[in-house]
Amino acid sequence: MNVQGEIRTVAPETEAELAEYVADCHGAGRKLRISGGSTRLRRSAAANTHLTTQKMDGIALYEPGELTLIARAGTPLEEIERQLAAEGQALAFEPMDHRVLLGSSGMPTIGGMVAANVSGPRRVQVGACRDYVLGVRFVDGRGRILKNGGRVMKNVTGMDLGKLLCGSYGTLGVLTEVALKTLPVAECQRTLVFENVSPRQAVEIFSAALATPFEVSGAAFHSGTAWVRIEGLSRQVDYRQERLVELLRDKSIEAIGDNESRILWRDLRDLRHFANSPGAIWRILVKSTDAPQVIEALGPLGGAASLDWGGGLLWYAGNSDAAAVRKAAAPGVATLVRPAAATSGPVFPAESKGVAELSAVLRRTFDPGGIMNPGLMEG
Amino acid sequence: MSTIAMPAPDAAIIARKPEIVAALAAALPSETVIFDPDETRAYECDALTAYRCTPLAVVLPRTTEEVAMAMRICHQMGVPVIPRGAGTSLAGGALPTADGVVIGTMRLREILEIDTANRFIRLQTGVTNLAVSAELEPEGFFYAPDPSSQLACTIAGNIAMNSGGAHCLKYGVTTNNLLGLRMVMSDGQIVDLGGPYLGASGLDILGLICGSEGQLGIVTEATLRILPRPEGARPMLIGFDDAETAGECVARIIRSGVLPVAIEYMDDVCLRAVESFAKAGYPDCAAVLIVEVEGSEAEIADQIERIRLIASELNPVEFRSSRNADESLAIWKGRKSAFGAMGRLGDYLCLDGTVPVSKLPYTLKRIGELSKEHGLEVANVFHAGDGNMHPLILFNANQPGDLERAEAFGSDILRLCVDVGGCLTGEHGVGIEKRDLMTKQYAPDDMAIQMEIKGALDPKWLLNPAKVFPLEVSKPYREAATK
Ligand SMILES: Cc1cc2nc3c(=O)[nH]c(=O)nc-3n(C[C@H](O)[C@H](O)[C@H](O)COP(=O)(O)OP(=O)(O)OC[C@H]3O[C@@H](n4cnc5c(N)ncnc54)[C@H](O)[C@@H]3O)c2cc1C
Repeated sequence: MNVQGEIRTVAPETEAELAEYVADCHGAGRKLRISGGSTRLRRSAAANTHLTTQKMDGIALYEPGELTLIARAGTPLEEIERQLAAEGQALAFEPMDHRVLLGSSGMPTIGGMVAANVSGPRRVQVGACRDYVLGVRFVDGRGRILKNGGRVMKNVTGMDLGKLLCGSYGTLGVLTEVALKTLPVAECQRTLVFENVSPRQAVEIFSAALATPFEVSGAAFHSGTAWVRIEGLSRQVDYRQERLVELLRDKSIEAIGDNESRILWRDLRDLRHFANSPGAIWRILVKSTDAPQVIEALGPLGGAASLDWGGGLLWYAGNSDAAAVRKAAAPGVATLVRPAAATSGPVFPAESKGVAELSAVLRRTFDPGGIMNPGLMEG
Repeated sequence: MSTIAMPAPDAAIIARKPEIVAALAAALPSETVIFDPDETRAYECDALTAYRCTPLAVVLPRTTEEVAMAMRICHQMGVPVIPRGAGTSLAGGALPTADGVVIGTMRLREILEIDTANRFIRLQTGVTNLAVSAELEPEGFFYAPDPSSQLACTIAGNIAMNSGGAHCLKYGVTTNNLLGLRMVMSDGQIVDLGGPYLGASGLDILGLICGSEGQLGIVTEATLRILPRPEGARPMLIGFDDAETAGECVARIIRSGVLPVAIEYMDDVCLRAVESFAKAGYPDCAAVLIVEVEGSEAEIADQIERIRLIASELNPVEFRSSRNADESLAIWKGRKSAFGAMGRLGDYLCLDGTVPVSKLPYTLKRIGELSKEHGLEVANVFHAGDGNMHPLILFNANQPGDLERAEAFGSDILRLCVDVGGCLTGEHGVGIEKRDLMTKQYAPDDMAIQMEIKGALDPKWLLNPAKVFPLEVSKPYREAATK
């Protein structure tokens, strides 16, 4: 246990040790800032102790024939991706690496990924991180060790707390172990490139492509270029490309193949195009066909926007104040991913009264003392 | 006669029936409130027919506001509520109590919005599962989760149970295809979660509600993700001499990177029953796999060839792939008639524990041994790709003690599923059927957190109070809530 400035860092090596520590904190009313690899910049301001799962690492089970992986929360994502790649598998939901965008250091962990429900471009086709969580073990705000779900693909035994924990940013519990479904990496991938298109044209292309049975697994737009990714067995990809080109033949289309395509989507996933842009970064969830209108509304505020998930995810880089961004983003909802000096205001979007009450009551249930990342998802 | 207990109904509530019915009737259109025992008896059970109980009253609202009104009245008067869709639950999830009001969503049948550009449908939850896909067919889209009961079951029930189907190996179950919902809380408040976009910004409460078995609220509207219809689909049939090799074949297919939409498994008992019933022309062997792939003609041919190569390394006794629509029907015919064929042999109990795919051969072997120990026959027909087993235990309901023996056998099978790393239920839900086995899968604290959530969202424990958690485990919570 080392001391950094005024913040003490505690890094338990076992689940039992972690549980005991949280129970103590619950008793003492000590507030905790919980992290995995600390690649995210945002922290709970109210907390004065830093609790990290970093020292709880290791893959507990990996069965490629069952598409099942169980790992302790502090296992580096890189380590997991390496092991999966050796078996020709991957985390299908393509978790982004935030370090590119946030300029942070640290090592992303599997627990942090689940806690933040990190999901990349392929989410449009295969679902989010939460859709791949088979089971979780975690320590709640009283220091109880709890488990939910398991390691099998289909499980409706009791309530599904894995989904609730996924995306709760450590405010409901400290994840100690996660079981995930893996998938084989597609044999082949290709990307159709559409240049000189407006956001509106891009979303039209996406809607048309995603309405085909050709399993489009990426649909992104930035700076006048739209990209549509297809993956599958090599014959499938040839066939799908041919059919999509025929469908969208009034546009000029280029195709890029495997390696180039992979690098392109990695960069889009990590938002490399905004890495060097000054100011704040916003993540806006919106109905796809509303995205062009949101981009227009953001126009007067300056900055730049890009799209992913066929238009359903809008990234905005700009320096306006939070209220102005949120107003322009409506009916979409905006979350601040990278703050900047000029952007004061809450990080998470406001919830309806009913949802806010439900969230509050759930938080109190998991963490009655309010010690787990207090306020992190509120302000 | 049966072994699953329900708590004694609250006589004080039953005594207040006239008052409760009067309050409901005063607030709601008269045709929505049913209280004559001759009519309420129609709601006495779901598909777990061994358990029946006529409810105090039944309310069949036509709008979310009417559901909220009924819920508010029950809340004020402290009356338990049993949410009900079509009543096809195999777990007793919709079983009424004598002191409870059934609130059914089957008249909430409107399709509110179809948006193919954004790939969603918004509807009231009384719409049946099959009707959703029928509605989408002209648009070239479909709704993926396809429980075998899809002709009858409602989206409300599907959401409550997080139902799956044969095609969920590729497309996921209900929770993976649910974007948003409107829900009436136990005090009558109406809440909207999610919407026609991907992902949540706050807590994933939608993910908690899906599969919560009517314990947390009554879902009246849903926004569902819809998918473009595949160009075509074709099954193949692979027969093996022993269960172990069939299980190995499943694992190798999954690992290969070909992603079939379905891998179904039938064992010899099931095969023989099906042969004499449906004459599907299945081989006489230990295990048959039916594997379905999708795509264009060329894509299908490519995938079939890959699977043929994988299977041929394992020396199947038969490999047959469909070449046209008629042959496809013939291959599916036996599988689709399996439950009917088993029904001809007698009564059966249908379980649905899930096991890790690598444990399938061992689990099947142990089920065979348990069958001998209990002296009851069992057939296995199930979704092999995800290890979701459906052992069908054959018994004779007219023979005293037989149901109890079947239930004891079933409990042993489910304990086995948990012991090999699986779970009690893959898609049917806990309901009352597996309620008392929950302690096998969950430690006391693991259940406590779930009951605390239940109590936080439904402080009076009015919604489906005697289900999912073993009675003695939930008793302190239920008693504290009704004080
Ligand atoms: C022959 C047969 C085959 C089946 N095959 C499958 C299968 O392949 N896959 C599968 O997953 N299941 C299957 N089932 C089980 C069953 O059909 C599903 O569980 C289905 O989703 C239940 O839907 P329902 O409308 O009948 O709901 P009900 O049986 O009426 O209710 C089910 C549960 O949902 C709750 N509920 C109902 N409405 C609401 C609401 N509005 N809000 C909140 N809670 C509510 C009820 O209280 C109950 O707990 C099968 C059943 C049968 C009889």
